[in-house]
Amino acid sequence: MTNLMTGAEMVVRALRDQGVETIFGYPGGAVLPIYDALFHQKHIKHVLVRHEQGAAHAAEGFARSSGKAGVLLVTSGPGATNAVTGLTDALMDSIPVVCITGQVPTHLIGSDAFQECDTVGITRHCTKHNYLVRQIEDLPRILHEAFYVAQNGRPGPVVIDIPKDVQFAIGTYIGPRNIEHKTYRPRLDGDPDRIEQAALLMASARRPIFYTGGGIINSGPEASRLLRELAGLTGFPVTSTLMGLGAYPASAKNWLGMLGMHGTYEANNAMHDCDVMIAIGARFDDRITGRLDAFSPGSKKIHIDIDPSSINKNVKVDLGIVGDCTHVLRQLIDVWRGRDLAPDTVALAKWQAQIEKWRSRKSLSFKNSKEVIKPQYAVQRLYELTKGRDTYITTEVGQHQMWAAQHYHFEAPNRWLTSGGLGTMGYGLPAAIGAQMAHPGALVIDIAGEASILMNIQELSTAAQYRLPVKIFILNNEYMGMVRQWQELLHGGRYSESYSEALPDFVKLAEAYGAHGIRCSDPAKLDEAIMEMLETPKTVIFDCVVDKNENCLPMIPSGKAHNEMILPGHDAELETAVDAAGKMLV
Amino acid sequence: MNAPAAPLSPYSSAIGKPNIEVHTLSVLVDNEPGVLARVVGLFSGRGYNIESLTVAEVAHAEHLSRITIVTSGTPEAIEQIGHQLERLVPIHKVTDLTLRGNAVERELAMIKVAGTGQDRDEALRLADAFRARVIDASIESFVFELTGAVGKIDQFIELMRPIGLVEVSRTGVAAMSRGPNPT
Ligand SMILES: Cc1ncc(C[n+]2csc(CCOP(=O)(O)OP(=O)(O)O)c2C)c(N)n1
Ligand SMILES: [Mg+2]
Repeated sequence: MTNLMTGAEMVVRALRDQGVETIFGYPGGAVLPIYDALFHQKHIKHVLVRHEQGAAHAAEGFARSSGKAGVLLVTSGPGATNAVTGLTDALMDSIPVVCITGQVPTHLIGSDAFQECDTVGITRHCTKHNYLVRQIEDLPRILHEAFYVAQNGRPGPVVIDIPKDVQFAIGTYIGPRNIEHKTYRPRLDGDPDRIEQAALLMASARRPIFYTGGGIINSGPEASRLLRELAGLTGFPVTSTLMGLGAYPASAKNWLGMLGMHGTYEANNAMHDCDVMIAIGARFDDRITGRLDAFSPGSKKIHIDIDPSSINKNVKVDLGIVGDCTHVLRQLIDVWRGRDLAPDTVALAKWQAQIEKWRSRKSLSFKNSKEVIKPQYAVQRLYELTKGRDTYITTEVGQHQMWAAQHYHFEAPNRWLTSGGLGTMGYGLPAAIGAQMAHPGALVIDIAGEASILMNIQELSTAAQYRLPVKIFILNNEYMGMVRQWQELLHGGRYSESYSEALPDFVKLAEAYGAHGIRCSDPAKLDEAIMEMLETPKTVIFDCVVDKNENCLPMIPSGKAHNEMILPGHDAELETAVDAAGKMLV
Repeated sequence: MNAPAAPLSPYSSAIGKPNIEVHTLSVLVDNEPGVLARVVGLFSGRGYNIESLTVAEVAHAEHLSRITIVTSGTPEAIEQIGHQLERLVPIHKVTDLTLRGNAVERELAMIKVAGTGQDRDEALRLADAFRARVIDASIESFVFELTGAVGKIDQFIELMRPIGLVEVSRTGVAAMSRGPNPT
């Protein structure tokens, strides 16, 4: 095979050499040469989305469910700007994505040419890195570098902007092996002295907690395995952020559930009262910490993160360890074993007893109903009826997302795909398409809200084209429920523009796209209806009509501390829970 | 639960009194298109201050440029700025020269002063005292060139103000560590 080829051919060749089998994209004038190169080969499958935002989220869903980089290909101008939300989403959640954008020919750059936009300028702040390829000689290096940067260190999205003349130009292709990055070499191993200190601190802990996050999942399945091993060795309780769900099995005895704003009472109180906190691949986001100056006031904090800028950013810690979770966890286990360390079992037993007391408050409980489907009940039933299966769950953003996080339980990493950092409504359906492409035989369910699903509903057409049997399970409360809840909480119940007016008939909508539609509003018929969904071997929209006024609890009102949670049954407290300062925080 | 020791962070400076320091950061970067925009964009995007910034290529063959940034903020914020800069892919090295405490810092300024008679004589006398050079002269004006520490330049400009200061152009700070080792 000759190495002399066009830029467009190099793109396809480099994708292949990087092990890419599936890409998501949408054509246009400035990427036609690349689409032509795709036409002439059969190694890379192109999935035609219906909106470039969909391509970006699909690439994210592919990446998060498979651990490989997700790839999208879009045209210049509107193609690139449409992808921006998805790129930002991938940046916030540290998802490896490579986005190839077409650009007007180099001699027209800066002339306000048709469909020209300053793609590298626009995406500079929403990518980990980006490139404008000015000459064919740079293209092979940049293509491989982009994959390296996207996947190494703290992962993230990378844009490669390729002008059309560079796509047509002929040059010499270089394979990935001959390329080494000049500056970017993230640190993988933790500092041995600090590992030692961390292990000793852990052994001396009386009220320890593992606070884990998406970094463990990004680090790969081995990190999840090592976390389980370390938690097993120490017996310490484990909580996780929204992003980290699945890294530790929800069925384990020392699992506390998710922490943070809508986390469990036991997780948040354990965070507040612990004496040693081991944060692993989590970043002390404001949805996690609540009021910063009251965040876990009495604890010594160990923070393991691959990104040095995450350490001491929001919360000052006592022991920062820069490194990849897999490496550092392995080092910690080696020291723990090597030095024959043991937990303080007496203190730990007392701590566990305290945790059981918190757990007995049953903070995820809700009052079920025979008349109307409670959204929590719907998620519980969905979980019970799917738990033995090979399942991937995506979500949109809102109350349904939190209910999914609370009531669907994960035993393994990479099974839970949700927009955490950016909170992007419209994420779930394209992400489900991405996950289904990565796992054709699996059951992929988007737990959706009726408002969110409309944000990228056009992707139903994609699902139809590729016969993807994704299931869209809409918790239809006829409200932008999360907005309605905050309006109840903060704005005197003035539900300004949060009612989902003029909704489509989702069953007919499904049919219009050649999918199957199901509606259920009767709790007694819910199981049967869910089974119908699961047994339908094609795309399904399930319109689950739920209680319109249910609030998502428990909750740490903004501006409050972990031990100031509002529990279910105390909705009345919501109205007075947030003071003026908290209102600002949102 | 109230009043525990406040965990300090660069983004919680509202809690307690902010303790603002001025630091000089020396940043060695790959001289590729857009690298300055990345650095400047990082500062504006994350709300950090830039007091001065200089950039120029320092090693042509290796495509290296040095960006010297004078910034201000709490010690926590400045530490965070360093880490955020290190995250940028084309950055080789970030050194906080103020933290190291052994740097030489210099700035060059051009100062235009117009006037006649006594003011003109006074301007020349002061320039001499500050070792400023005259790089342009007309019957009613001078342009002085002055190199030195930032404070010295500030002081000179203040002295010129009442005797005919017209305008100032400054390069911003260039800096490096003392001794045999690279910055
Ligand atoms: C793109 C986007 N726009 C606006 C928001 C703000 N927002 C957060 S939740 C929400 C309501 C979502 O409603 P729905 O999808 O019905 O979910 P529910 O809360 O009712 O479960 C809105 C508007 C957002 N997160 N994303
Ligand atoms: Mg809703």
